[in-house]
Amino acid sequence: MSAPDSTGWRNDARAKVTGAAKFTDDLKFARLLHAAPVYSDFVHARIIRIDTREAAGAPGVHRVLTAGDVPGSNRFGQIIRDYRVFADDKIRFHGDVVAMVVAETRDLAIRASALVKVEAESLPAVLDPEEALRPGAVLVHEEHGSNLVNTHRIRRGSADDGLRRADFVLEEEFRTQSVEHAYMEPEVAVSMPRPDGVIEVHGSMQHPFSTRRFVAACLGVPLSGVEVVGTPMGGGFGGKDDTAAIVCARTALAARILGRPVKMMYRRDWSIRESYKRHPYRVRYKMGVTKDGRITAVRCRILADGGAYCSVTPWVTWRSTVQCCGPYVVENVHCDTLGVYTNNAVAGAMRGFGSPQMNFVVEQMVEIAARAVGISGVEFRRRNMVRQGSVTITGQRLDTHKVAMGEVLDAVIGKAGYEEKLARCSFGRSAGDELYGIGLAMSYRGVSLGAEGTDTCAAIISVQPDGSILLEAGVHENGQGAESAMLLIAARELGVSLGRVRYRRASTSTVPDSGTTVASRGTIMGGGAVTLAARELKQKIAGVVCGRLHCPAQEVRFEDDGVLGPAGGERMRFEEAIRLMFLAQSVPYACGVFRAPPVSWNEETGQGDAYFTWVYGCQAVELTVNKRTGKVRLLGAVAAHDVGRAVNREMVRGQFFGGMAMAAGYALHEEIRSKDGRIANLNLNSYRIPRAMDLPEMTAIIVENPDPLSPSGAKAIGEPTNEILAPAIANAVFNATGKREFALPIRLSAAAEELPEEECRL
Amino acid sequence: MRLHINGRDLEVADSAGERRLIEFLREELDLTGAKNACDIGACGACTILVDDEPSKICVKRVKDVAGRRVLTIEGMAAADGALHPLQRAFVERGAIQCGFCTPGMILVAHAFLLRHPRPTREEIRKAINGNLCRCTGYQQIIDAIEEASAHYASAQSAAPAEHAGARILSA
Repeated sequence: MSAPDSTGWRNDARAKVTGAAKFTDDLKFARLLHAAPVYSDFVHARIIRIDTREAAGAPGVHRVLTAGDVPGSNRFGQIIRDYRVFADDKIRFHGDVVAMVVAETRDLAIRASALVKVEAESLPAVLDPEEALRPGAVLVHEEHGSNLVNTHRIRRGSADDGLRRADFVLEEEFRTQSVEHAYMEPEVAVSMPRPDGVIEVHGSMQHPFSTRRFVAACLGVPLSGVEVVGTPMGGGFGGKDDTAAIVCARTALAARILGRPVKMMYRRDWSIRESYKRHPYRVRYKMGVTKDGRITAVRCRILADGGAYCSVTPWVTWRSTVQCCGPYVVENVHCDTLGVYTNNAVAGAMRGFGSPQMNFVVEQMVEIAARAVGISGVEFRRRNMVRQGSVTITGQRLDTHKVAMGEVLDAVIGKAGYEEKLARCSFGRSAGDELYGIGLAMSYRGVSLGAEGTDTCAAIISVQPDGSILLEAGVHENGQGAESAMLLIAARELGVSLGRVRYRRASTSTVPDSGTTVASRGTIMGGGAVTLAARELKQKIAGVVCGRLHCPAQEVRFEDDGVLGPAGGERMRFEEAIRLMFLAQSVPYACGVFRAPPVSWNEETGQGDAYFTWVYGCQAVELTVNKRTGKVRLLGAVAAHDVGRAVNREMVRGQFFGGMAMAAGYALHEEIRSKDGRIANLNLNSYRIPRAMDLPEMTAIIVENPDPLSPSGAKAIGEPTNEILAPAIANAVFNATGKREFALPIRLSAAAEELPEEECRL
Repeated sequence: MRLHINGRDLEVADSAGERRLIEFLREELDLTGAKNACDIGACGACTILVDDEPSKICVKRVKDVAGRRVLTIEGMAAADGALHPLQRAFVERGAIQCGFCTPGMILVAHAFLLRHPRPTREEIRKAINGNLCRCTGYQQIIDAIEEASAHYASAQSAAPAEHAGARILSA
């Protein structure tokens, strides 16, 4: 089978380097109107009246919309329908939108938005997740009865017995912070009413199908009455799932009411104020170990601040629960996880999805335990890590794929020169100002949604009469190169050149609802569907042309843009085979559906086959800490991840580096700072994501063990790279300073992290 | 007043001088390669070159570039559509993911390489430090700039006196 060159190729690369790529805000529409959201200054309040009269009369204003204008459902949510298109009964956090102004220009809409008056009865705000759980606490959602969004648990063996049998019991408390996705493109949407009655939506969102669901529900129309069209998107990282869909719904509502296209392009401060964040966690963790370095038990309590609305808190915290012991075999586990409502910024999906928090805990705990026992952290990991055939803490036997934990650990240790560099670490003592440290961390990760939800993806391949091919899959191009990966998989499976295959512009009206492009599921699920569609197509073609090739249909092969019989037999060009298909009135069209293999979960015991497959990763980082200033400088990082099969090596490497960079920000720079529920750092000068000089040279080691349960052999890479650099940095900081850091971000200096104003305006 | 944008002269009414430059380029000229992502010059997604110097135009007015030579991403490729070697390097080295920072990143790198055709990786990091990218961790962007630098070095030794501009290397 011919394999197309798969290093760095992207179908959208040319458009993106020439400025030709049209993102949502770049699209032009005749008679376009512009919208701006209206916020109040309340953090928690009961709404009495929203007075829009003055704003409605302002220059250029066409309409001011509030909850009363929503013809369908004002409430939505993927799990609990508690999120509002516009705040109706209460304001529950500082980012709640009470109204939207639609005007001739964006400036006029923004100007008028200041004229909307919100009369409300201020309520005490609950901003601490522990306080939110106390009896008598202020309730964020009265109808919910408490501030507890959800719980998860694991009950395996007896943690009490395990802890009693331990030679050492280690107990620590960890905290992680709220962080922002900081996709470069803020939320934006344009909706337009079409002559056929359909509302067409273009927007920056990573879940076209749930967007369509929310838009249709908001308008009170069937799903067929809304078409969400794929548009290049400036990054998502999990952050353009819920909030982005409401931005689309609001513009769709305005377009429907006013009969004109309506655009809403978010300012950065609106985006940071309103969009959901990574959950801040508080974790109490107790680990028992024997003196020969075996973990006997883990008892932990995980508290996640979900903010004002549910979003996907139950799913995020479920992954945290399943992976609460890291990639280690532990026979006795008692885990209680709580997701909580507060009046803080909403927390939801973000790359990693509940694992970066837990890995920050676990990968430091194993180092703490190793020191107590008196062996190296690496040796401790080796004694406890999952291996081929191991049983996880949820009772799942890992035997359907290659368990590559040891392989990635060895790869990183070797490449980084970890053991010898560890011996050179400062541990708080150095001759000069710089303390040196190296640290590592590793994880395993369940791929795709697992027992969170139904997991199916579809793809359509339609060959045109001239032999050119149109492909469409139910995964979304978030900027990660999903379309290119699908094209590469299709071309490889069909034995045709890349130039023959084109990705059809994605639309919710043509490909079956395939769920959301999150959970690192794009390549494995979309690629599975594409592979199955290609196989079905080949079968159809083989059935028609096998007579001409003088062989049974099952012996027909597809290679080098041709269709062949067995070796030495006849060959015809792909175009010729397609011509024969159309002559035979047999349509070269296939729809492939990949259903994730079965998973299971028992919510009472926290036992089950949580995910149908797993990936394995390890990262090491070297750094210095300045004794006087506390400044941490990253010197280098090495990562190894098993990706199943690398579909596009340069794009896989890009996922490594991007994930590690985001994790470096999580470890050292980033934090949403709030005062009384109001976010203080609302732009990219004060919310500081890593810049080029903050990051070290990074090395990517791609480990490939094609997964038998993945039709394309590929697994996942987007999130695994993002979930272990923070604990690796924490471990390196310990090895440099001799002090353990229990909270993120790690700040060893008092210096503020803001970019000075003058540095901005270059 | 007269504007020189991507090698073309353009006469605009003086009254346009107070308009935000990014809005003018995007709305009036449909040069949408410059992106608006922060409004305060913190992220660099709106970067263009003015007389070969990077300029964050979300904080600039039209009059700020009157009579000066403006290059946007739309002017980087040759007239026949052939990619500039720097653009090619971005494509080949996997330096693109979402693409939102890409136009600004390419232009900043172009201005830098015109002056420093033989940079170290550390110098490249410094040159692009004012341009944020959330997808790539910058690694492959630096790879691409490093790779493309060879073209600038050879162009410089071949034609040192020629005016600097995008097309100098794209013949």
